[in-house]
Amino acid sequence: MTKYTFTEKQDTRSGFGAGLLEVGRKNENVVALCADLIGSLKMGAFQKEFPERFYQVGIAEANMMGLAAGMTIGGKIPFTGTFANFSTGRVYDQIRQSIAYSEKNVKICASHAGLTLGEDGATHQILEDLGLMKMLPNMVVINPCDYNQTKAATIAIADHHGPVYLRFGRPKMPIFTPEDQKFEIGKAINFVEGSDVSIFATGHMLWYAIEAEAILNEKGISAEVINVHTVKPLDEEAILRSVAKTGCVVTAEEHQINGGLGDSIAQTLARNNPAPIEYIGVNDSFGESGKPLELLDKYGLSTENIVKAAEKAISRK
Amino acid sequence: MIDQTEVAELKKTASQVRRDIVRMVHAVQSGHPGASLGCTEFFVALYFKLLETGATFNPDGINEDLFFLSNGHISPVWYSVLARKGYFDVAELATFRKINSRLQGHPATEEGLPGIRVASGSLGQGLSVSIGAAQTKKLNNDGHLVYALTGDGELQEGQVWEAIMYAAHNKVDNLIVTVDHNGQQIDGPVDNILSLSDLKAKWQAFGWQVIESDGNDLEGIIEALTKAKSLTGNGKPVVNLMATQMGYGVDFMVGTHKWHGIAPNDEQLQSALDQLEETLGDY
Repeated sequence: MTKYTFTEKQDTRSGFGAGLLEVGRKNENVVALCADLIGSLKMGAFQKEFPERFYQVGIAEANMMGLAAGMTIGGKIPFTGTFANFSTGRVYDQIRQSIAYSEKNVKICASHAGLTLGEDGATHQILEDLGLMKMLPNMVVINPCDYNQTKAATIAIADHHGPVYLRFGRPKMPIFTPEDQKFEIGKAINFVEGSDVSIFATGHMLWYAIEAEAILNEKGISAEVINVHTVKPLDEEAILRSVAKTGCVVTAEEHQINGGLGDSIAQTLARNNPAPIEYIGVNDSFGESGKPLELLDKYGLSTENIVKAAEKAISRK
Repeated sequence: MIDQTEVAELKKTASQVRRDIVRMVHAVQSGHPGASLGCTEFFVALYFKLLETGATFNPDGINEDLFFLSNGHISPVWYSVLARKGYFDVAELATFRKINSRLQGHPATEEGLPGIRVASGSLGQGLSVSIGAAQTKKLNNDGHLVYALTGDGELQEGQVWEAIMYAAHNKVDNLIVTVDHNGQQIDGPVDNILSLSDLKAKWQAFGWQVIESDGNDLEGIIEALTKAKSLTGNGKPVVNLMATQMGYGVDFMVGTHKWHGIAPNDEQLQSALDQLEETLGDY
């Protein structure tokens, strides 16, 4: 049975806000930029405590990315904040040239990613951001699973020299990882040990993977659940170690199947140890308005979908 | 008044830089000679007269002036001036745009070429970067200045106007932006492609201090940049609208967009070199 329970729900973006404040206190080189979404990104506490290190840039994300690149020259560590859609697709060329190719120490912090943004609908529900960002050389891509992990990741990325994409979301989700965790970039975490199927999940999907594990356990299936919070660089060793044991895979992400975490894991397996793989993600479509759980259900990302995918993967062994 | 002996020396440097430009572009039959030639006086004035820099290149540029080139395609003039200033060996100019070179087609940091702090070439981004660097200087209590150069066709990019608005709103007054106003872009005259209309009025309306200069008059551009410097530190950013002629210094290249991204052939190279005195020794 799963050892994971929760007593409190909180949004991962609030984990970012708390982490930003803490890392701002620890490191005076940390500066923050926001494109007219201080409340949504939970950047208000940092702004209040460090007004001289906070830059309101207005609704001008392209400029924000260039400013951040420039601010690194002279030793600052800029954290940019806006929605995931406007942090990636809208400013892809700015990130590509001024940040990634130029090897600038910018932390691109992106909220409201994926379907669970909910009612705002497909214009804002970016499902392509992980793929866009993982394709960029020099870019680290992180998608933590809950409030505590998002806070820890926010603090940790300040110590990594180079561009980072940190993705989080809007809805309140269970808090089920430790408050005092140390976040290691590129190191997947084995949440539940198992032997029949490996479930690799990232971001909000971790909680649903854990729920699915409990259901599978009742059915007599032993699922291993691994938190792949860092999509790039991928912890290939952890993936191959688990699949050597279980022999089949389910990947779960709040993202397009094309170009996401599942693609990266499939590539790793194809090169090293081919195994049956089932993908939980959005299958080449845009989202729509609705409540987060309704959307996950409609687009095939629910707990029940993960259970079925695990059973199918096992049947293909 | 500027010392005339010094002006004569700088003009000699400019002549050599122009030789470098046409030879580099000819050698690889690729690159952008037109605006490189047009901006030669600006680069020579900036690097040999105005820019206060340390003895060795420091990517963080603390306690020194910084320069950012937004219109990265005019890399030949920048590379030549950097080499002639001693950032790297002039012999390396022969590697321009060739495989395994630090002198990429458009400026880049990945190969570690001294003098370059950010990649540019995809237009419209350099102004934002230079404003960010200027704000870091303020946070660091570093009183040195940030200079940037942008093309005029480049001002058609929307990001530039985001940056222009931002710099004025945030009183980024340790920044001097120069616009290479040659009136040309790849497909023809800027006025025919997408007119910028009254640039001076536009920058002023956005809250900048505007000066105008003749970019192919060496003394004029030194005076303009010196004046721009005197306007820093008073709450408003400064822009220098610099009129230049594309291809200046080579009679058959001057004043047309046709040499934006075309290399001279062997005969054309010889004709160009006949017009440009070799003053510091070819690389």
